[in-house]
Parts: sequence; C-alpha cells; structure tokens
Amino acid sequence: MNTPAKTRTARTCDAAATLVITVLGWTAIFVLIAIAGFLVHSSLRALDEVGIWSMIAGSDWFPTSSNARFGFLPAQIGSAWVTIVALSTCVPVGVFAAIYLSEFASTRFREVAKAVIEFMATIPSVVFGLIGLSVLVPLIREHLPVDSGLIGLSAGLVVGIVCLPTIISISEDALRSVPRELRQGSFALGNTRWQTAYKVVLPAASSGVFAAVMLGLGRAIGETMVVLMLAGNAGIIPTSPLEAARTMTGTIAQETGEVVRGGLHFSVLFTLGLVLFVITFVINLIADLVLERSRKKWSR
Amino acid sequence: MTRTPTKTRPARSKEVVTFSSYCSKRARRIEAIVRSFTAICCVGVVVLVVFLLGYLFIRGVGSLSWSFIFDAPKDRMTAGGIWPAIVGTLWLIGLVSAFALPVGIATGIYLAEIAGQSRPVRMLRIAIANMAGVPSVVYGLFGYAAFSLALGFGKSLLAMGLTLSCVTLPVVITATEEALRQIPKEQRQAAMALGCTRARTLGKIVLPTALPGIITGAILGLSRAAAETAPILFTGVAFFAPVATNVTQPSMALPYHLYIMATQPTTPAPHIVWGTALVLTGMLSITNAGIATWRSYKRRKLQW
Repeated sequence: MNTPAKTRTARTCDAAATLVITVLGWTAIFVLIAIAGFLVHSSLRALDEVGIWSMIAGSDWFPTSSNARFGFLPAQIGSAWVTIVALSTCVPVGVFAAIYLSEFASTRFREVAKAVIEFMATIPSVVFGLIGLSVLVPLIREHLPVDSGLIGLSAGLVVGIVCLPTIISISEDALRSVPRELRQGSFALGNTRWQTAYKVVLPAASSGVFAAVMLGLGRAIGETMVVLMLAGNAGIIPTSPLEAARTMTGTIAQETGEVVRGGLHFSVLFTLGLVLFVITFVINLIADLVLERSRKKWSR
Repeated sequence: MTRTPTKTRPARSKEVVTFSSYCSKRARRIEAIVRSFTAICCVGVVVLVVFLLGYLFIRGVGSLSWSFIFDAPKDRMTAGGIWPAIVGTLWLIGLVSAFALPVGIATGIYLAEIAGQSRPVRMLRIAIANMAGVPSVVYGLFGYAAFSLALGFGKSLLAMGLTLSCVTLPVVITATEEALRQIPKEQRQAAMALGCTRARTLGKIVLPTALPGIITGAILGLSRAAAETAPILFTGVAFFAPVATNVTQPSMALPYHLYIMATQPTTPAPHIVWGTALVLTGMLSITNAGIATWRSYKRRKLQW
C-alpha cells in the first residue's frame, strides 16, 4: 500500500475519507439500538404498573374504561389468524411460482415475470388495502356466512398477496443458486425436471426457501395498513378467521395517535410495539442466519 | 472453496437412481401436471399484478384532471384536488434523500470496501438485515418517541422525514453494497497498481462504475419511503393542511390521504380515493419502470 508515489496529502485524504465512511457506516447500528432503547424507555411505565405477563397473557383489551384492562391476547390472536391465512395462501403459491421460474420457465418468460414481481413490491400497501376493500370484501360478504366482509380472512388474503414478492424472489434466488452440475447429474440419471426439482434442487435449496418463508412471516406480522383497513378491528378474541379481528400492528396504528402522551395507555402501546419488535427481530434473525449459511453452501 | 463429496449427496440418494423412472408413463404424467400447476401459480401472480394495475387505472382515470392534481381539497374534503398531499410527499422524498441517501450509501461503501469479516462487522450486517424487517408501524412509534417528543420536532415534516429515513436506510445500504460487490476485483487492483489511494480508487473507478446500481437502490428506497403510511401516522401527517412551505409544519401526504379517504365513514368521495391511488401508484410505477429500463441499458453497455 505505501508506495512512494503517494503524496502526503493523498494519504491524509485517504485516511479522512475512510474515517468519515466508517463513522457513517456504523450509524445504522445506532438507529437499531435507538429503536430498541426508545421502545423500552417508553414502555417502562406500563411494565412497572401493569406488568409484562399480565399484558401478554391478558385476555381483555379495555384501554379506555375506568377500570382499564390491557391484555394483548385479542391483538396477538388476531395477528396470528391473519398471519396463518396469509402464509397458507402465499407460501404454496409463492414457492410453486419460484419453482416454475427457476426450473421450467423459458429465459424470456422469467425475465418478464421477475420484472413484474419486482414491480409488485413497489405497490404501496394502502393501495392493496383499497383494492381489497372494493373487490374482495364484497365478494366475501356475498359468498360466506358473515355479516361484514371486514374479517381476519379478507385481511389475511390481501396480506398474503403483499408478501408474495418477498417469498417468490428470495426462494427463486435460493433455487437458482444451486449449482447446475447437481441438476445435470440428476438429468443424466434419467430424472424428469420435476423429479430433479423435488429430489435434488429443493433439498439443496431448502434453507434458502425456509428463509424466504421466515421473511414472509415477518412481513405478514408487521403489515399494518392492510389489516387496519380490512380486519375489522374488533376488541374480542377472534375464534376463527371468519370473525373481525384486531392485530398488534392495527392496534398501535389506530390508538397511538389518540392517547394522552406519557399516559399509561400510551406506555402500553409502546410495550405492544416492543413485543412486536422482539417477535419480528427473532424471526428475521433466524432467517438471516439460515440465509447466510445457505449462501456459503454453494459459494465457490 | 472446494466442495467435499458429502455436499453432492442429494444426487446420490437412492430414489434418484431409479433408472426406469425416466421411461415410466407415470413420471411423465406427474411432470406435466406439476409443470402446469406451477405455471398456473406463476402466471396467476403476473395476471394478478396486471389486474390490480388495470383495475386501478379504470377506476381512477376518470378523476384525473389538472384541477384534481393542482388544487387543494374543497367542500370538507369531498371535492377539489390533492396538490397539498403531492407536495407533502415530494417534501418527504426530498428529506429522505437528504438524510438516508448519504448515510445509506456511505454504509454500503463501508461494508463493501472497508469493513472486513470481523465479528463486529458481522453484527452490523445482521443489524441492517434486521432493520429491514422491523414493522413500519414500530418505526412510527420510534419516530414519535424520538423525533416528535424527545428531540422536540413535534408533528412536522422533519419528524416524518427522519422516521422515513430510518425505514429507507436498509434498502439503500443493501443496494449500494450489492452494486459495489459486482465490480470485479481486477479494476480496483489496476487502480491501486497505478498508485491510487483507496479513496481515489473509490472516487475515480469504483463509484462511477457502480453508480447505476447505487442510483437504482436509492430510487427504490425513496419510492418505499413515498409509499409508506404507518411511519408517518403519528409523526405529523395531517388530514387537511395547506401546502407546506417549511419542514416544521405538519403536512398531508399521498398514502395517508388515500387511507383516510378510503376509510371515511361519513362523507365518502370515491373519485378522490381512486384518483389519489392512481396518482400515487402511477408516480411510483413510472419512476421504477424508468429506472429499471435505464439500468438494463447501462448494464448492457458495461460488460466485462
């Protein structure tokens, strides 16, 4: 590195630029720490006065009554229903679509389809919510025995659509990163494309596909606007996706703007945010570790 | 890295070796079924996107007019246009460009060029990957507590811009790092061999070559910021506000305007809802299609 051709100013500039970039580079981690810090700080009052377990395991959410009850269970179970519906639609469709793209499709079709799917990721979730309101909700109200179409099922289906691009593009990447030699070996043994996909490529790419599902799960739990518009936001614990549900994200989005700053309800909502943060953090961490391992597996 | 024989094991598992399976009619039938089934899934998704856009266009195109775009809302939000919301969204894009782009691009450069594989750097990477997965409403809570309350920016464009910058940061970082990693090592080595310092190599060789990728990432991040509603819910978005003239004011924004108009129980104005949806989606679509075309053109020019 230290060739005589380098002047002193050049070396100083180099050091300065490196320093600035390094300092800016570490800002990201401060943001993450700050998020956790502010969530914890603002939740302290609720943790102290209500207690974490009575919130997480409490089944009543009456935040404004005189004898206020702050149980997260309605929101947690609502989130669970919406997520289950979302994943059970978007995981099969997404993974099959990824298999088609990576194993069967022609190069030309793949290019077009990938562009469309990437584009889908840029459509705002409020727009999905709006189209859900005007297309899906009337359909559900007509064809299912429910009073209103604003139920967990409609929210879950639309959240599933919102998660599709994530699942498709990450699992497709994972499938395509399996070396060609493995496929060729399998073809040479007389396997059809599907047998190859199912017995060779999918097992080899399983960790990447798993990571895609985890990231989809994280998105589904964290999706806010769609559930706010479609899930119905009822206060009771839903026993099936055919009932109106409130989710964790929806509760925060709906109530935070209206509560007294620094009050107990305010603090409880931050605790709910903290719970959500921890859940998605764990999910993403798992996805990330798995993804890193799968990347190393085939890198040469 | 050399691969050890154990890693090729899937190809040797005993089911695969059944030679007759190729000839069997059953295998071929299953192949045809699976092929068409996966194709239906894939084409279904593509058709869905086309349907969504088409539906949006048909419902929204009727309300588009110069006065819809350039007027303020009138008659208790049942008539008039969406100009204050468009300006608010443009303000937010500007603020996010000012905050998130420098930090995000610098972080990307740091990760690709300077940071090695040490333990703290791995932690930084994990932190960034996790930031991308934090729900947007949690960013909203954080922005409310940190920027609106703790730093005292209140409900303002500045608080919204800072919150959205945090949302956008991981997108920009990842895209920048990817773009830089695609540049062959030889280019850097050549520059170094000619006596360039690291900063000079970066400025003269690496960054110009990676620019299309970095710009694409930046635009993707900005369009994500423009599309988000949840992070601005508590940090300063307004149901109605005049055109914002400085960053300390609250402001309207397109996605929130769409949300609040679509869920208004009392005075529904469907033409405003669909028009807003079309303007927002149209803005994002045109930018993204444009940048994708530009990038693929640049990529074709730069072959190695």
